[in-house]
Amino acid sequence: MADPVRIALVFPSVLGTYGDGGNASVLAQRLRWRGIDAETIDVGIDEAVPSQADLYVLGGGEDTAQTLAVSRLGDGALARAATSGATVFAVCAGFQILGETFLDGAGAVHAGLGLIDCRTDRLVGPRAVGELYGRSTVPGVETVTGYENHGGRTVLGSDALPFATVRSGIGNGDAGVDGAVQGSVVATYLHGPALARNPALADELLRRVVGDLTTLDDGEEDELRRERMTALRRGRRTWWRRQWRPPARSA
Amino acid sequence: MSSARFAVARAVGAGAAGLSRATGRGSGTTVGGRLTLAIDPSALQRAAAGRDLALVSGTNGKTTTRSLLVAALATRGPVVSNGGGANLPTGLTAALATNRTARMGVLEVDEPYLPRVAAAVMPRVVVLLNLSRDQLDRYAEVRRLAGIWRDALAQPGAPTAVANVDDPLVVWAASAAPHAIWVAAGQRWRDDATVCPACGDVIRRDGEDWSSECGLRRLTPQWSVSGSAVTDPAGEVHQVSLAIPGDVNIGNAALAAAAASLWDVTAPEAFAAMASIPSVEGRYLQTTYAGHAVRLLLAKNPAGWVEALSMARPEPAGVVISVNARAADGRDPSWLWDSPFEVMRGRFAVATGERSRDVAVRLRYAGVDHVRVDDPAAALARAGDAAGTGNPVDVLANYTAFQAFRRVVGDG
Repeated sequence: MADPVRIALVFPSVLGTYGDGGNASVLAQRLRWRGIDAETIDVGIDEAVPSQADLYVLGGGEDTAQTLAVSRLGDGALARAATSGATVFAVCAGFQILGETFLDGAGAVHAGLGLIDCRTDRLVGPRAVGELYGRSTVPGVETVTGYENHGGRTVLGSDALPFATVRSGIGNGDAGVDGAVQGSVVATYLHGPALARNPALADELLRRVVGDLTTLDDGEEDELRRERMTALRRGRRTWWRRQWRPPARSA
Repeated sequence: MSSARFAVARAVGAGAAGLSRATGRGSGTTVGGRLTLAIDPSALQRAAAGRDLALVSGTNGKTTTRSLLVAALATRGPVVSNGGGANLPTGLTAALATNRTARMGVLEVDEPYLPRVAAAVMPRVVVLLNLSRDQLDRYAEVRRLAGIWRDALAQPGAPTAVANVDDPLVVWAASAAPHAIWVAAGQRWRDDATVCPACGDVIRRDGEDWSSECGLRRLTPQWSVSGSAVTDPAGEVHQVSLAIPGDVNIGNAALAAAAASLWDVTAPEAFAAMASIPSVEGRYLQTTYAGHAVRLLLAKNPAGWVEALSMARPEPAGVVISVNARAADGRDPSWLWDSPFEVMRGRFAVATGERSRDVAVRLRYAGVDHVRVDDPAAALARAGDAAGTGNPVDVLANYTAFQAFRRVVGDG
């Protein structure tokens, strides 16, 4: 039997505040349902990131946790793995720390890992909180949906391509796009978790590791995606109606 | 003039609350409190004047701990309190304005409002239970909440803190208070306290002990919990027996007893008064529905789901998982993936609530056999059928979904 596909969930205890650890569960289960052995490795904050994983998954976290995570990634294991072609999927704070720079909790510019040509500062205006929906640039993925919750604005440089064009929501808060794709790194602001809400993206990441995949019955995910799109349309109608009413007091 | 303004404000608020109840629009506490505060912005302060108050705040256990503390203080006289989840300044104002006689009061307060409420009502004590991820669309970061608590407790004249020493975020906040009573009340959920809130370094853990490089550490508790036994500051051990289930509530009872000791209520008196509380606003309510014994368990966030899933009875008991994502629940149910539904792998569950499709996908990946049923009553009936004649059903639901089930079983 072939070696199991190794999925490293990087520092879930600090980069896992918004349910993004689910991305690793989704990847592993979608392999197992196809009869492919999979192993997930929860990397503790005091442990070394394994150098031999096939897929690395990073999630969102709080500002102080973000700085700690990037200091622990300074040993270069993740960067070496990405450079040698391992697939990296990063969300929110996990996305920001893979860039050139980001802002720490005190608002100071902090160096990231430099795996993505992007820089993150603060969004002008309120924090981006709400449903995010767009069209992915990743072939075979098309519509992506999820939930964003961040105060960062990320500006892509010329070496990074956007992950999606935003149809509703904020995303990177720059150029009408969300996330980034650079080499074997795919990054986004989508929570949900992203791979539970977008199984086509999960399969695209898996294809990079194991090649062709059989089709799964994703009826429940499809139903969830349809419901979220309907809610988004209904939300827009409500937004228009609200413009004609006196502003509500917050609870 | 100003006290006349408050009298008018209180009367208008009470009138509006009565109208709201009479027309079936709600319990009236929010609209009443809102009007009172609109007419007299200092109404909360005035309504609290001359009272001797305890505030209870934290992510999980506010309502239960409030009611345990009310029971303990009621051994000394009438106690005013806020029910129905009305834990914002509007609800607090309404609760205090409608009971003008009780000198003692226990108020549960929504976490971010604690500084503002404490400044207005000048309580004798604040009981700080725990802080963990919840409604992140509204709060964004857990550490930020701990920070605003800490700032509030550092103010001159800040109250005594009764604080859970097993939660590093709570200890960081409460150590700013002029005086603190530390209670080892337990904290099973640790994933929001990996990083030290003070210095950003990793918190080292050794069993129940924890410490950080900067010196923040688990302090020696005056009160501690071990199983169902609570040790008080004199070293006396009390076997605590509560009608409500769950280890977590022994911890809540210890926190409430520590707070009650400031009113000279002894530990035996406090625990005896708490023992017979059967359920608190439907939480842990045991009832029957369509021939099945049904129990309602509220779980609002991952830390709460860890506790609720550990309390759920094994098969052949049936189980319903109900989740909404309204404003009071948090709009983003991504937290379902931080909750350990894998403990139910191989079982059968009924998914319902307004976000039942999110639940269904979560259960699919957790390996939990399930069906999705839109209507809550039908979901309960379906779980009963699956459990079989005579077997009980547990309903696990988040905040507004829980309220829907209270109506289904005829409570509230």
